[in-house]
Amino acid sequence: MRFWRAIAVALTATVPALLAGEIPPEARRSGYSFMGPDTRAMQDDDTSNPGMLFVLDGEALWGKKTGRAQNSCADCHGDARGSMKGVAARYPAFDKALGRPVTLDQRINLCRSNHQQATPLPYESRDLLALSAFVAHQSRGVPITAGDDPQVRPFVDQGRDLFMQREGQLNLACSNCHDDNFDKRLAGAPITQGQPTGYPLYRLEWQTLGSLERRLRSCMTGVRAQAYDYGSPELVALELYLMSRARGLPMETPAVRP
Amino acid sequence: MRFGPLASHEHGALPPPPAGEGWGEGVSAIKNPQEERALTRAFGATSPASGRGKRGSRLDFSSHNRLTVAALVAASLALAGVAKAESLAPYTIIGDGIPASLTGSPGDAVRGRALVLARTTTCILCHSGPFPETPFQGDLAPDLTGAGNRWTASQLRLRLVDASRFNPQTIMPSYYRHDGLVRVGRNFAGEPILSAVEIEDIVAYLATLRD
Ligand code: HEC
Ligand code: HEC
Repeated sequence: MRFWRAIAVALTATVPALLAGEIPPEARRSGYSFMGPDTRAMQDDDTSNPGMLFVLDGEALWGKKTGRAQNSCADCHGDARGSMKGVAARYPAFDKALGRPVTLDQRINLCRSNHQQATPLPYESRDLLALSAFVAHQSRGVPITAGDDPQVRPFVDQGRDLFMQREGQLNLACSNCHDDNFDKRLAGAPITQGQPTGYPLYRLEWQTLGSLERRLRSCMTGVRAQAYDYGSPELVALELYLMSRARGLPMETPAVRP
Repeated sequence: MRFGPLASHEHGALPPPPAGEGWGEGVSAIKNPQEERALTRAFGATSPASGRGKRGSRLDFSSHNRLTVAALVAASLALAGVAKAESLAPYTIIGDGIPASLTGSPGDAVRGRALVLARTTTCILCHSGPFPETPFQGDLAPDLTGAGNRWTASQLRLRLVDASRFNPQTIMPSYYRHDGLVRVGRNFAGEPILSAVEIEDIVAYLATLRD
């Protein structure tokens, strides 16, 4: 009797339970660990990391008065070095008014429309990438905790289902590559665990900074699936699942990837 | 160069993607340039996850040693409600293979080799093989060297048409079916990955891989 109760306690204690094939916490690795020494060096040295140019742009935008309200991010939030530290590590986060999680990009645009009375910045626009890179950079080194809030649990589960869902003409799920086959090579290139630790990040192939949503959309396009729209509930759920799957890994923004 | 459109894509404005990196743009985006376009949502909610590695309801291979195409087409229409299934050439599965050519004539092994190496065909995303000229090969799947010793043309044809009949959990795509799939990109919907002619060319090539 006591034996069974002990087992029941042990089972409920390991929340969230891992499905077969999911990567155990101690085996989770950033894409950084799959890169060659040159790309690592580029990320590590702020003077050679091209993402830092966006961070600097973002810093300027942080202090710039804008919108009909003619106020800046700094007018409300002060010095980002203190007020924004750790924020990106818990995004996407639950928004009470909307009743659903929002991404950092969406939060920035909510601030623009609600507090600055400015128009939203388009996804992947230089200004939005710069602002989110600047904010997320304040969390560099902070362990990821997104998904811990019980209010987002159903959205994490939705994201996990999408991650395991086979899709597209090639009929592959995210998990087929990033859970089951990381460390192998797809057409000669290493497959990583698909960890979201470094976004927005500078991808050498893109020759620019890009968001996590851009990355997810290209993986979907790769399996010849119809990519979800930027900001769609499905992409937000996937992003949230990926962040919760990366729990404890340090943020790297702005990372560099090949 | 042999592959006009492919070669021009690979030497277009942007440098070719370093093998497989950002493969979404580099590989399949050739026919699916949606990455950079804002799309209106043409699809409703995704269908619920069918579970890890599972696809929709499948016909059980072992219990259908002989399956006519009429039955296959009817079944796929009933299961998935997919239109355009009739665009596939009819074929008959006997035992663990498809003995007859999908086109009625033998394929061309030289064209088949070129197809296997073309990134748009997707084979060497996962497979390696006796292709010393290309450094960009995958290792998610067995090396194709000697495939012609291990499998008959009939088995190779069924493997390409629908590999899930050999292993229901396989990650190898079914190259000649288009039912039971989720959220297929709009430029690919209702089409098999390869045409009957392409399948026959590849089968002819694989059959020559003997060591
Ligand atoms: C057939 C293999 C394959 C499938 C399926 C796939 N990806 Fe990827 N993914 C890759 C490759 C290759 C890369 C580029 C190298 C890397 O970072 O792993 C990549 C990159 C990523 C990255 C960037 C990791 C980093 O360090 O920046 C994320 C995140 C990601 N994928 C998530 C997903 C999600 C979510 C899905 C499903 C919608 C998915 N992938 C489907 C192969 C795949
Ligand atoms: C996404 C991965 C993937 C792609 C793409 C792929 N395959 Fe496969 N293939 C596999 C795997 C995995 C196996 C091993 C058996 C299994 O799991 O079904 C396999 C098995 C095979 C075999 C039997 C190998 C042996 O000797 O045991 C042949 C032949 C083959 N594939 C040919 C092809 C050809 C030709 C193409 C392209 C038209 C292709 N495959 C595309 C994953 C893939």
